[in-house]
Amino acid sequence: MSAAAAVRLPDRRWHPAEIAFWLGLLAVVFVFPGHLVLGSQVLITGLFALSLDLILGYAGIVSLGHAAMFGAGAYTAGLLARHGWGEPLSGLVAAAAVGAAIAWGTSFIAVRGGDLTRLMVTLGIGLMLYEAANQAARVTGGVDGLSDMAVRDLLGVFPFDLRGRTAYVYSLAVLFAVFLACRRIVRSPFGLSLRGIRDGARRMPALGSPVRHRLIAIYTVAGAIAGIAGALLAQTTQFVGLEVLGFSRSADLLIMLVLGGAGWLYGGLIGAALFMIAQNQLSSVNPVYWQFWLGLLLVAMVFVARGGVVGAMASARERLLGRAAR
Amino acid sequence: MSNMKTIAAVACAGAALLPAASARAEGTIKVGLVAEFSGPFAGYGKQIQNGIKAYMKQHGDTVAGKKVELVLKDTTGPSPEIAKRLAQDLITHDKVDFIAGFGLTPNALAVAPLATQAKTPMIIMNAASSIITTKSPYVARFSMTLPQVTEPIALWSAKNGIKKVFTIVSDYAPGIDAENAFLKSFSAQGGQVVGSVRVPLRNPDFAPFVQRAKDAKPDAVFIFVPAGEQGIAFVKAFTERGLQKAGIKLIGPGDVVDDDVLEAMGEPTLGIITTHHYSAAHDSPENAAFRKAYAEANGEGTRPNFMAVAGYDGIAAIYEVAKKLEGKMDADRAMEVIKGMKLTSPRGPIQIDPETRDIVQTVYVRRVERVKGGLYNVEFDKFPDVKDPGKTAP
Repeated sequence: MSAAAAVRLPDRRWHPAEIAFWLGLLAVVFVFPGHLVLGSQVLITGLFALSLDLILGYAGIVSLGHAAMFGAGAYTAGLLARHGWGEPLSGLVAAAAVGAAIAWGTSFIAVRGGDLTRLMVTLGIGLMLYEAANQAARVTGGVDGLSDMAVRDLLGVFPFDLRGRTAYVYSLAVLFAVFLACRRIVRSPFGLSLRGIRDGARRMPALGSPVRHRLIAIYTVAGAIAGIAGALLAQTTQFVGLEVLGFSRSADLLIMLVLGGAGWLYGGLIGAALFMIAQNQLSSVNPVYWQFWLGLLLVAMVFVARGGVVGAMASARERLLGRAAR
Repeated sequence: MSNMKTIAAVACAGAALLPAASARAEGTIKVGLVAEFSGPFAGYGKQIQNGIKAYMKQHGDTVAGKKVELVLKDTTGPSPEIAKRLAQDLITHDKVDFIAGFGLTPNALAVAPLATQAKTPMIIMNAASSIITTKSPYVARFSMTLPQVTEPIALWSAKNGIKKVFTIVSDYAPGIDAENAFLKSFSAQGGQVVGSVRVPLRNPDFAPFVQRAKDAKPDAVFIFVPAGEQGIAFVKAFTERGLQKAGIKLIGPGDVVDDDVLEAMGEPTLGIITTHHYSAAHDSPENAAFRKAYAEANGEGTRPNFMAVAGYDGIAAIYEVAKKLEGKMDADRAMEVIKGMKLTSPRGPIQIDPETRDIVQTVYVRRVERVKGGLYNVEFDKFPDVKDPGKTAP
């Protein structure tokens, strides 16, 4: 990243490409009406990746246990719906609160130390929650999963239909709202100080920045968003499997974010879309050996597009602009 | 912010549009097969698919003048949201007449409400938790339930001089179900469970657990681990710790001596007594024909296991339905045909209970023996017409 890009000042204007991006997502409803279920799951995973981007891309906290908050959110929404509270929006709020509470509670150990320490700690927290959910089979259903969720119609009007139209529009609306909030956060002085911490954690205290508090704050926010993503998945699937807390969910998420490009907000969304659409297409072409091709694609992407898709696009643009200026 | 309002308005309008109804493709009967074809459970999907291939090898790919078309979808493992998405795709996009497969319970449970919503018959070809068939009137099971194959071993043991048993199960829902089912029936028969341990599901080291079992000096050790690789590790530990030499028998439902891995487990399995609904060594003309078709369809030397036979019977049921309805597919009429359906399966006679849509079948008592140079579960006793005790119990 060049010096000019690194000191980009907060800018509230929307780039035309951004507007096109969101309109494109909306257009999917009409252009690909047959793929809305996949679409909604891409959006949900994108939202989940967005929350990881906040802590990894902006604050530099690596995590292999981000599914802990996602799963906690999913179980919150799932248990509420199972026990009679099927209203979706309040379920989201509850899931956000639980996600935030877990993130806040674990943040005191999760944001300590260097990258390796954080990887180990977050990994451990993820595994512990997974096993706890497995053991509490009476509540969570254990490996068999949590079924019998009675999710009510969205806003009392839109039932969750077979083609996933409601699920898609619902996920898109929630994603957009959360995205607006994230965009605001990362462009605020608070967001800038996070970037400062990422790039020079030792110097920031000298500027009077309370590093630990900032990290705990963003980790908690990211936990709330992960909780919302988990709740969305639970409500649109109307089922919660133990795998919402699984290690592979955290690991895949990291791959998606790196694939799309960390530290841009859009990277997670694009990475999730690429990863999941590739997975879906490849596995329908060959349901048995598709993982080989997915692996090949990932390796190729890393070589071709350094800094992820968004990162590669940005540096290509910079090169073009630089050439034009000369 | 007026932008956003417009977006929200358009979004709501989008959600309000009803999905267009469309007719199913003529001339074919489409079966969507949702199963595990990759990851650690890839063996499940493969066996189910191989069983189906064997049936179609025997009976051709047309029935009642229609071509039977399979659409394969990979759930990648226990991932309910992917299973549900794939099933949704199959129903709305491929317009399948049946959804089938389902090696793992969470995948089946996630899809069951969809079967009701879309009125699509759902054929379970492995997933073994008792509750699955209660989740939708369009679900029918052609595999087994865990209590169904676990209770008979308790009854048989109690009658055959086994008084004290130590139980070892994997620490997850099916393992605990197996433990409870065994404990309940065995105590009711006057037997005594002298100790129980639960082993972590992932990467377990069985040695310390087996040692504890040995120290308790039981007549037999009851074992349940998921079908597949874990059985190999368990039997190895069981032999290494000298339990066989100490005269302790090994009993359980048949998952531990799955036909798929029995050969890999080798000599130490000799003498293990299990109850299960299918053995590749089952002695009947139907099974001989099945074994032959299976080997032709999937290569010489391959051996079907209980999942393959469930795939075989599941597709057989679909053929039966097509014949009865003369190719005119209708979900409710299809379910009427399936309820009470009787088939002569390679495993013996089976019936679908009209009340629960769950399978009623003979459960066999088998011992691992060497037959014609290979290791097989040889059946020597049986419990005919076993229903799922998970549902008959209050």
